[in-house]
Amino acid sequence: MSSTDAAGPTLEAAAPRVTMTEAITIKLRTPAKLRNLELLLLLVAIGITGAAVALVQLGAIGELDLTIIGYGAGLGMLALGMHVVLRITAPDADPFILPIIVTLNGLGVAMIYRLDLAEGYVGWEMAGVRQMVWTAIAMVIALAVLLIVRNHRVLARYRYVAMLVGIALLLLPMLPGIGQTINGARLWIQVGPFSFQPGEIGKIALAVFFAGYLMTARESLSMVGRTFLGMRLPRGRDLGPILVVWVAAMAVLVFQRDLGTSLLYFGLFLVMIYVATGRLSWVLLGLTLFLGGALIAAQTLGYVNNRFAAWLGAFEQQNYDAIGGSYQLVQGMFGLADGGLIGTGLGQGRPDIVPLAESDFIVASLGEELGLVGLFAILGLYLLFVARGFRIGFNGTDDFGRLLAVGLAFVVALQVFIVIGGVTRVIPLTGLTTPFLAAGGSALVANWIIAALLLRLSDTVRHQPRLVVTDDE
Amino acid sequence: MNKELRRISIVTLAMFLALFVSTSVIQVFAVDDLRADPRNVRTLYASYSAERGPILLSGQPIAESVAVDSVFEFLRVYPEPELYAPVTGYFTLNQGNTGIEGAFNDFLTGTANEQFLDQLGALVTGQRPQGAAVQLTIDPVVQQAAAEAMGDLKGAVIAIEPATGRILAMVSTPSFDPNRLSSHSTSSVLEAYDQLLADPDDPLVNRTIAGDLYFPGSTFKLLVAAAAIDSGQFTSTDVFENPPQLQLPLSTRVITNSGGSTCGGTETVSIETALRLSCNIPFAELGLALGQDTIDDYATAFGFGTAFEVPMTATPSTYPQDMDDAQLMLSSFGQFDTRVTPLQMALISAAIANGGNLMQPTLLDRIIAPDLSIVQQPDPVLVSQPITRTTAETMTRMMVAGVSNGVASNARIEGVDVAGKTGTAENGADRPYTLWFTGFAPAQNPQVAIAVVVEDGGGRGQDGSGNQIAAPIAKRVLEAVLSR
Repeated sequence: MSSTDAAGPTLEAAAPRVTMTEAITIKLRTPAKLRNLELLLLLVAIGITGAAVALVQLGAIGELDLTIIGYGAGLGMLALGMHVVLRITAPDADPFILPIIVTLNGLGVAMIYRLDLAEGYVGWEMAGVRQMVWTAIAMVIALAVLLIVRNHRVLARYRYVAMLVGIALLLLPMLPGIGQTINGARLWIQVGPFSFQPGEIGKIALAVFFAGYLMTARESLSMVGRTFLGMRLPRGRDLGPILVVWVAAMAVLVFQRDLGTSLLYFGLFLVMIYVATGRLSWVLLGLTLFLGGALIAAQTLGYVNNRFAAWLGAFEQQNYDAIGGSYQLVQGMFGLADGGLIGTGLGQGRPDIVPLAESDFIVASLGEELGLVGLFAILGLYLLFVARGFRIGFNGTDDFGRLLAVGLAFVVALQVFIVIGGVTRVIPLTGLTTPFLAAGGSALVANWIIAALLLRLSDTVRHQPRLVVTDDE
Repeated sequence: MNKELRRISIVTLAMFLALFVSTSVIQVFAVDDLRADPRNVRTLYASYSAERGPILLSGQPIAESVAVDSVFEFLRVYPEPELYAPVTGYFTLNQGNTGIEGAFNDFLTGTANEQFLDQLGALVTGQRPQGAAVQLTIDPVVQQAAAEAMGDLKGAVIAIEPATGRILAMVSTPSFDPNRLSSHSTSSVLEAYDQLLADPDDPLVNRTIAGDLYFPGSTFKLLVAAAAIDSGQFTSTDVFENPPQLQLPLSTRVITNSGGSTCGGTETVSIETALRLSCNIPFAELGLALGQDTIDDYATAFGFGTAFEVPMTATPSTYPQDMDDAQLMLSSFGQFDTRVTPLQMALISAAIANGGNLMQPTLLDRIIAPDLSIVQQPDPVLVSQPITRTTAETMTRMMVAGVSNGVASNARIEGVDVAGKTGTAENGADRPYTLWFTGFAPAQNPQVAIAVVVEDGGGRGQDGSGNQIAAPIAKRVLEAVLSR
């Protein structure tokens, strides 16, 4: 395995690194090729977003509304500000991550704003304007994360705190008083005028916990155990964590009525434990547990059963007419079909026919107006984002950092698969948000934090001397 | 850890591949099905917001979209509504589309696959999407003549160019006003639609190709005669017994010739004479001798059982199966349960006129894109060769005699040989007759084949005949073609 990236000069890489301050001064003196590439791509991303918003306005209202474009320019400045912070605090960070998420975030804002125009909303009624504000908040929080977390290993120290926080966030919506049921799923908390989906932040806390826990436990988890049918089964006392996570996932499924989130957390855990231990038996065990639970849930819980029926027989009139049936899914597919290969053009389609077109079904909205070509580009951006995350996993030197990077990247990949797979009938439809694109503040904040952590990890990976290439194959 | 990571990368890649495939399936391969789903309101909206292409006759619109100040942007207008309604059909907001409006909807809205590149161009240049124009084969002069000749009578006229299958006139009366159905007010459309639907005269039915179909009466003798001669079992001069009345086998029913006497007064009568004078008894005898299987084979070759797409789908005409001898004899002069469209009878004449070659009937001349390039221009298509050229010539000679010296005399045109056959079909004891004429002209160089049907005895109950009512109508249409 070798790194072919245009990393810093080898001289600098081999230089002894004593303190953080010293490292920074060294970076500032070297030509920041990566950051220049990032700046270039970022300008392209901001350009794409600006063009998208302008096209939406021309398509939907036939004129340019400079106020909104002004807000957009503000966000562009914020993104550039983030770039400057990266230049100073993480000069070797991956140059693709920021431009990718700015593009996705921008396309999302443009589409949400376009749907507002279709509904005739103005001012604060506009989900697009709120999404812009949330984007600004998310960016500021991401900046804070970059500035505070100068070394990701610090996070490993707080792994059990992360566990408690993660589980607390996960279960928070079940508390009476602040918990809130929206569209049948109990995933939100409401405090005063603010509603928040704590589970989105929870997934980061859990990824930190899994990475920290597996870093210490991977030896014992992977070495010890009885062999049965050619597979080494885990010891009884090592089963604890997987059972805890399974129970939490089932609790989400049963009490919060959310199949997608449940699948997301459990999938994240399985992948991380597999990467840490290299043992397929964990995955098989976990999948059996989850599928068994989900199967029982499908038999006993009406909503899970409905989701399956609406998935398999989406076009049957009976499912189409049913409450919580396939109406939304089928209308989304009509929208996608109408978009076809090249789309109707921004502001030219009718994505507003589909319920929740700005959140759960934003992919259908984008597919309708940007076409298959546009969706391929969006999927390509996600794939690139995930690949950059995995790359950190390949190149990293410490187990915690590698596991965390893989976990964070995979959780984004899995979420994309669950949402877009649900909208395009690969799997049953569940209520997750499309990362960076969909309307929703909590999800935006969470995903920007993920991006900030990946940026931090990628910087650490690059500017550390790689004297010994370890490959445990 | 790297081995596991590689595997996870592959799994992740597979997940994304699944998404690439699923989106491609929905947005490319399943598009037609999804668009055709009746629950897809986008198709409806799209068909309104694009400028729908016109339906043209020699460049003149008989249906066009005009810009209006409404959410639907365009209103469909029919300048001569009643005259062309059987052809254009209607275009509605909530009751579907019929006729050419329905059959060529994809092209008219510009969403047909053939227009993909134009759509792409329109997208790039930002032009409003525009549908293609559909130009039809209908000749306005002939159509006008046919409609005027029908007047207030109930029935249908269809005229076809024998060599190409091009439909020159398609009249179905009573007609309706499609402008009432293209309104943007769904309630007034629904009201008009319900009213038309409840009308006992069925104005929405295109009688030339659909509806309840008709008994063919004596015009069916053309098919029996053609089968007899073409099969080689008989020649036109073969003779049959000529009684004034005949009791059907194993039945108490007695049949007579029209008028109740013998056929021409001789002891025996030839097929030729029986066709010229349209006698029933000789054809009953001929049909029995020929057998229903042979007649059925020829009926099929002439198009019975085929749902012709003109491009509106025509109801297939039917020849009855498993008849006993009495039923076979009745059916051989067009009674019992043979049921036909005027299109089918016109096709029999057209095939005879075209030397035995049956051409695919069509209304489509060409489809013209907004940039005036031609999207589609079909060539004439041979459907079948039911009879030989020799048989066709014999049939022509007999049909000319039927007009010049027989019972189809009212179709005579000065200086032109007209080939024809009348029919007067019974519909039941006290029901008025259905009156027919089918034929073609000029006999030696046919330019047009025609079928005329008049319902309700043309207002004369059981007193009218095909020669009295239908033949003069056909004559006026034939003249309109010949004087072009």
